[in-house]
Parts: sequence; C-alpha cells; structure tokens
Amino acid sequence: MVDLLKRLTEANGVSGNENEVRELIRQEVEGLADEIKVDRIGNLIAVKKGKSNSKKVMLAAHMDEVGFIISGIGDNGMLKFKTVGGIDPRVLVSKRVRIGSKRYAGVFGIKAIHLQEPEERENAVKLKQMYIDIGAKSKEEAEKIVKPGDYAAFDSAFVPFGQNKVKAKALDDRVGCAVMIELLKDRYDFDLVACFTVQEEVGLRGAEVAAYHIKPDMAVVLEGTTCSDVPGVDEHLYSTVMGKGPAISFMDRTSIGNKSLIKALTAVAEEKGIPYQFKKGTTGGNDAGKIHLSRGGVPSVVVSVPCRYIHSPSSVMDLNDFYNTQKLMYEFLKGCEIV
Amino acid sequence: MKELLQRLTAAYGPSGSEEPIREVIKNEIKDYVDEINVDVMGNLIAVKHGSGKKVMLAAHMDQIGVMVTHIDEKGFLRFSNVGGVGVPDIIHRSVSFQNGLVGVIGYETGDDKGWKETRLDKMYIDIGAKSREEAEKMVNIGDVAVFTPSFAESNGKFISGAMDDRAGCALLIETIKRLKKSPHELYFVFTVQEEVGLRGARTSAFSVNPDMGIAVDVTLTGDTPNARPMAVKLGAGPAIKVKDASVLAHPRVKALMVKRAKEAGIPYQMEILDFGGTDSGAIHLTRGGIPSGVLSIPCRYVHSAHEMVDAMDMENGVKLLVKILEEEIDI
Amino acid sequence: METKQFLKELVEMSGISGQEAAVAQKIAKAFEPYCDDVRIDSFFNVYGKKTDMHLDGAPRIMLAAHMDEIGLMVRDIDENGFIKFTNVGGVDQRVLLSQEVIVHGKEDLFGVIGAKPPHLQNPGDEKKAVKMKDMSIDVGLPADKVKELVEIGDPITFLSPLVDMQGSYVNGKALDDRASVAVLLETMKELSRIRFSAEIYFVATVQEEVGTRGAVISTYQNRPDIGIAIDVTHGDTPDASKDDTVSMDKGPTIAIGPNMHPKLTQRLMDIADEYGIGYTTEVAAGPTGTDARSMQISRAGVPTVLLEIPLRYMHTPVETLNMETVKKAARILAAFIASMKEGWEEWLTY
Repeated sequence: MVDLLKRLTEANGVSGNENEVRELIRQEVEGLADEIKVDRIGNLIAVKKGKSNSKKVMLAAHMDEVGFIISGIGDNGMLKFKTVGGIDPRVLVSKRVRIGSKRYAGVFGIKAIHLQEPEERENAVKLKQMYIDIGAKSKEEAEKIVKPGDYAAFDSAFVPFGQNKVKAKALDDRVGCAVMIELLKDRYDFDLVACFTVQEEVGLRGAEVAAYHIKPDMAVVLEGTTCSDVPGVDEHLYSTVMGKGPAISFMDRTSIGNKSLIKALTAVAEEKGIPYQFKKGTTGGNDAGKIHLSRGGVPSVVVSVPCRYIHSPSSVMDLNDFYNTQKLMYEFLKGCEIV
Repeated sequence: MKELLQRLTAAYGPSGSEEPIREVIKNEIKDYVDEINVDVMGNLIAVKHGSGKKVMLAAHMDQIGVMVTHIDEKGFLRFSNVGGVGVPDIIHRSVSFQNGLVGVIGYETGDDKGWKETRLDKMYIDIGAKSREEAEKMVNIGDVAVFTPSFAESNGKFISGAMDDRAGCALLIETIKRLKKSPHELYFVFTVQEEVGLRGARTSAFSVNPDMGIAVDVTLTGDTPNARPMAVKLGAGPAIKVKDASVLAHPRVKALMVKRAKEAGIPYQMEILDFGGTDSGAIHLTRGGIPSGVLSIPCRYVHSAHEMVDAMDMENGVKLLVKILEEEIDI
Repeated sequence: METKQFLKELVEMSGISGQEAAVAQKIAKAFEPYCDDVRIDSFFNVYGKKTDMHLDGAPRIMLAAHMDEIGLMVRDIDENGFIKFTNVGGVDQRVLLSQEVIVHGKEDLFGVIGAKPPHLQNPGDEKKAVKMKDMSIDVGLPADKVKELVEIGDPITFLSPLVDMQGSYVNGKALDDRASVAVLLETMKELSRIRFSAEIYFVATVQEEVGTRGAVISTYQNRPDIGIAIDVTHGDTPDASKDDTVSMDKGPTIAIGPNMHPKLTQRLMDIADEYGIGYTTEVAAGPTGTDARSMQISRAGVPTVLLEIPLRYMHTPVETLNMETVKKAARILAAFIASMKEGWEEWLTY
C-alpha cells in the first residue's frame, strides 16, 4: 500500500489535467473491477458488482491536486501563472515545480536575501509579483517547450521519515484514492461504485456529475483533511490529531453528515477496536457537498486521513492513520446493513 | 396563531437535527392532509391531492445553532456555527441543547480588545461544569445548541427566537387547516437545512418536480432607527418578494400573488433584499427550471434570540396564501 | 435581419436579469428565418433549433449566449419623488454619477442619477466613491406622479444607444452579452450556407449576470453532447495589466482551463488555424464567470468550450468592441460545427 501511495502522490494531476493519475489508477484497478469507465467530465468509475443485491454504495476520492496553470510567457522567458485550487501564496516562495507531461523544471524565485531591504522580508510576496523561472533566456526559447494552458505541479518526492510518517505532495486526496483501490480488492453484498473524481479542488465539479449518473443509495467520501496539531495553534482549533486514526466529520462547509452513517461507522470502529476520531473543525468542503444533494438526496458521510500542511508541497501523514482508515472502511462495508 | 407559534418556536431543530420540530409539525397537520412522507434528507412532505397545477409550498423547519467541537480540561465547550450566527447576536446569550442542558456563551477577554474584535473561535459555551469529565457526562462533540426558547407578545407583535422560519411553518400549517377546496395538487414541504445552504429545498424540489414553487420565509424590515434602507415595514402586510441574492422572483408568479392580494383586499408590500436567500433560490433552478416566488413575513432582528413579527402580517399572510391556492393558477 | 442592425436594436432594448421577456421575443423573431423551430421557455430562454442529420449519430450541440444585461432596480420612492435604487448584476457604482437612465415603470421615464456639485462638497469628499445607497434618480416629477407610474421592482437601464467609433469599433450598453447573441445569429446564417450534420440548439439564455441561472435550466432541458458558450472578455486598456487582458484586433479569444474540455478546445483552435481565422487565447484557472461554468456540470456532464469577444469597459454604459470579431467568431463556430463528422465522439474523450 505504501508503494502505491508513493506512485500516486508522485504522479501529477492538477485540477483539469488529471490524465497521468487517471491512467495510473486505471492500470491498478484493471484486474480488480468488473467495469471501468471514464465519464464526460473525466471521472474514472470502477464498479465491483455485489454478491447478493444491486444497491449502490458510492465511494469518492478525488484525483486532482492543487497546482498551477501557465497563463503567459514574458519577453524575458519567465512564465506567468495562475493558481489552480486554494494555495497560500506564501508557501510558494523558493519551491520547485514540474511543468507539463515532460516535467520541465521550474522554480518560484524571489531575489536573494542580499538584494532585499529588511522591510521587504517582513511582507509576504504577492502572487501577482511571482513568476516561474525555467531557465529560458527569451520568450522564443521558452515557447519551444511551454505554452499557456500547460499545467505545473509541485515537485515533491514521497519521503518516509520520523516514526511512521511520510511527507509528500497531494496526500489530499491520493490517500483517499489509495484506500479506494485497496477496497476494490474485495467483493461486498452490494455494488461498490468507486469514483475517482476530477476537479474537486475547483468546486467539487466531478462529483456533482458522477453522483447524477450513478444514482447511489449511499455515499462515503474519502479525503485527506486538515490536521493542525502544531505549535502556535490553540488546542480547540486542531481539527484533527495525527495518530489518532481516521477522522469522521459531523459537519463541514458543504455538508452535514448523515447521522445514521456516522453512528454506524463509530459502532464498527468501537466493535473492531479501530482507533478513530471526530473532525472537530467545520471548515473546508469536499465531494460530499455535491453528492448528498444529488437528485432527491443521498445519505452521505466523510471519512478522512489527518494530514498536516495540506495544499502545500510538503504535507505529512502518519501511516497508521492510513492503514486504520482502510481497515475501518473495509469492516464497515463488509458488515454494512444500511443499504 | 399565538399558541401555534409558541409551540413551534419552542421546539428544538437546528440544521441537521430537525427531528423534534418535524414531529411537532407532523402532529399539527396529519389530520388535514392526504399523505405525509419524510424523505432521505429529513424533509417533511405533506400532500393534498388535486388535479390542477402541482404547487410546492416550502417553509424551513431548521434554525441556526452552535455545534460543540471541543471540550477543554475545565469543562468549557468550544463551538462552530451552524448557519449564519453573528458574534453580537450570541454574546452572553443562553443556549439550550436537545436534552435541556443550558449554557451561556462567553468570549475570551484576556487581550483587552473588547467584543468587537472577538470571533467565534475565541468564544465558548459555559455549562457550569468544573472539568472535562463532568462535561463529557452531559454533552458530546457534535451536539448542537440553539437559543434558549422564550416567547413574548407585545402590542400585537410576537417576539421569539427561531421566527426564522417557524413563522413560515406556522403560516403553512394554518393554510393547510383553513384551505377548504383547492383545484391543485399541493405539496407542503417543511424543509431541512435551509440555513446552511437551501439544501433540503434542493432535493425535495427535484423529487416533487412541481409546476410552481412558493417559499414562505421571513425578511428584514427598514423601519427601525437609522436602519439600512429597505422599503419593508412591520405591520404593513405580508411581503411579495421581487428579489434577493438567491432568486429573482418569476414575474408571472409575482404578478399572480399581487393580483390575488388586490382581489381579496389584503394589504401587501413589495420586497427587495440585497443579500440573503430562501428556499426558492434552490427550487427555481431545479431540473429544467421551476417558476417560483416568495411570500415574506416582515421580521425585525433576524438571527437574534428575539425576532419580532406582526400578528396581522401573519394573519394576512395566511389569507393571501389560501386565496392563491383556492383560485386558478395561470402562469 | 442584418446582424449589426439586429445588435443595435437589441442593445437599445431593456432586458435586465429576470426581466428579459421583450428581448426574448425580439431574438426569437430574428432566429425564425434560419431555424427549423424556435421556442421560448417559462424563464424566457430562447431556443432556436437547427437540424441537419444526414450522417448517423450526429451530435447535439448547444450554443449559449446570454441576453440579460446588468442594470438597476427601483428600491424605494422618497417623499420628494426621488427614486432610490439597487443593482441587478455587477454594477460598478463609480460609473453611475451623472448617468442618464430610463426607469421602466408604467411608462418609460427619462431620469438622471444626480451628483452633488463640487461647490457643495466637503474637502476630501472627492477622494471617496459615492455609495449607491446615497444616490438617487431624478425623473423630474412630483412624488405623487412618480408613485403612480413607478413601483418597487421596476427595472432601470442605462440610456446608451449604440454608437459608431473609428474603424469597426462600436460602443454601447449590454454588448455583454448581446454581441454574442449577434454571433449566434451570424453563425446560423453561415450554417444555412454550408453542409453540416448535427442537431443544434442556439440558446439565448437569461439571468447569466446573477449566477448563470438560465444556463443551468436550459442545459438541463437540452441535454447536449457538446456545449459552446459565447461571452465577452476584457480587451486591453492602458490601465489594466497585459496579463489580464487580450488584444481587441486579433480576433475572438478561445479560453483554456479546467472548465473547458481540452480535446474539444484544441479542436476549436485547429479549425481556426485551418481556416486562417485569427484568435487569441486566455487561461482560466477555475470555473469561468460565464454560462460555460454551469453547462459543463449539467446532469451527466457536458464537454464545453468557451469562445469570447474582447470588450473594453465591461459592465459600463460604454462597452466597446470591434464588430469584425463578431463575424470572425461566427465563422470559427460554423466551421467547427461543420467539421463534426463520423468519430466526433473521440473528441469528447480524455
């Protein structure tokens, strides 16, 4: 599972350009699902038929990550860009990116400390002042390999470190994708419809389309969520705590969790002795926001792996939380009587 | 109407936990309708069969509240908002949980900056517990508290929390009871989760798929000292909505409502709200589009613990809705 | 009807979001000679259906341009007969001072948004923009007469006829997005002259300016295989960054980004290149502020492209564009549609 997560996080798939991730996942689920298709907005849907009934349980995890799209090329060969999805501009300074399917190297440069006034260093750099340097000396040279509309992703390798921790980009939400791929290895009583969605980071757009044509009886969204148990944050604002297990959400900005599903999940966790926590913050949104309001309504719940520093190139996760999320979901689906 | 409003506003029902208020409403209407259903989201859908147009009336059952997100070692509760909760409206207010537990909302005063600088994440609910263990016996993470119910009448006005939108629910309930004959197929939907994004209305409108929709909700007034400019006045009659941030009332529905008000000699006012939304915002964009309007109840101090409506506005609102539903609908 | 004349008559009509009935009628009439069937739905979206299906399995294509304009609405009438107003859609309050308007009550009334003369202002006032809630419209009538003719909710539009400028430039109100409705007309004229195989819906949508609402319901009704939205984008001006604007003279703009289908967008560019029609490109990092936003996620999803007309001074009474662009946009669209032959489904894959 760790190797899968490494390959998933190192693949590039910024919202609107999820091809690489989609192909990787398609290969992984080829031998596992009964039916695989890509819908009209690019969601990858893998169906595992049920043993005893044809009720549909939809699982959703998004393939896309936050990143950048090239919006112009300056005369000096520097690239103008826009952020895709929510990124704090302050994390960009001096980070590396990879542009396009050929992964050309680029950097977000700012002038060296020697050339700055002391006051400059106090202020955050503004997005409009930033550019990506690929080493081209002129517009013509840059145009040979890059054009407006090309996408760029953070350049950040998957690194195990500390005690059971990993650092990677896009843990939000490749971790959800990895859990879903694992779950496809088993067959359940009902039809399991695993949706690897697109464009979650720019408005939950893939999920809205997927839920409409799937018409599920129930949905579980698998996410990587904020974990702020770090210095400088009051305890009540941690949201989730690293190492305490998968986090079940009561409510976030886009949905209120279905109470029966929350109860059923906690019952399974208690019974099987799987560590779990409740997500305490109510910020953020995810695919459940659109899925639960599809057509006449779909009972939905969100289960997340705590990740520190999401939406940055160096997010951090505890592998035990990852394994426990997969375990909780497996036990829940195995014994699920909700549908 | 007064007793009905009192019962409705006292019932517990923040967004996502509308079960108690739903039971109260169900008991009020069950003898007056042909069918009652509860859908996947928790919307209460009551049907009065007929053969004409299919009309959906909507009033939301849910109220705003505060959700417990953390219990600290001293037994204080940290919370997040459920729906539009404003800092000035909750400071030092009394709130109640579903089990009757009462608490007071306080805010961190250590930085000496005063209440104007405070935010929801610097506030807490004080239930009088001395420790985390004591608090955990009475309340859980995820529990939601609402303004402690209180009801008063003063000079023909009713004052209570949750008038938004129990007043709308009361109006629909009275309409159901008083409607003698309607040619139309009527769906009275008591929706959930309006305060967090018109969510119940969206899914129920999809299922019901009506020819026309009318939401009944409260709106603000512009008749208090140095108020933000708005033409609506308390006591000048139910308001027929022209627009708010979520919907431009369909001209034919709006015209129909005005026509029936004039025919029946019912006082009315036209309403424009620059922000805010109602269930019709979701209903009108469902499927291929559903012509919709809104009947608004003028209300002062919306989203506070003491919202004020006028008894005659309520009475006239019922009269207008009954008239609209008893007559032909030509849109 | 000649396209520029159509555009002139269209922009000089009143049709703010939510009050498009009359504009819808006019558009439907203009579409009739070139469509097999024209209808108007309950929200006043106009649908012109044009079909030619000599090949099996031809696509259903929906083109959308919005007919609503931003404007103002009567909020109240004060005791002296001055009209207080609010905005419908994104109106920059700074364009309003001294603006001539028409209040569409029981009669059309000429009005002026009054400005305090410099003599009566406090020093420093001139540094701050006047707020909309402090402005009033003077229709020159006593209060009782105003109340007879005007009521809350009546629409108010800018008085701004279409004016010819140098070359093929024009300026006026509501070119956002009636210029694109003119593109629809021009496109259906082109398609009446060439062979194509598709079921096309030319849709003039309502209420785009308040949240692409007409596009939501019309796309749901139509169920197209392919969506083409046509709207305006920011033409270059001295005070705006080159990064945020496009040239006014290099043809229409093709938008690139997650809201637009990559293969379909590339195809649009290839067709334009093949036919030697110039265009510029623009990158949008998220859902665009156009009908394309809602078309792409309708029902089971609609692969969508967005073609834009560069326009200066958007959302003011003096929106400015190059009429040449309207013709070029129509030619690209007609060629794009005519190029849909066997195997068009390939263009919708990822």
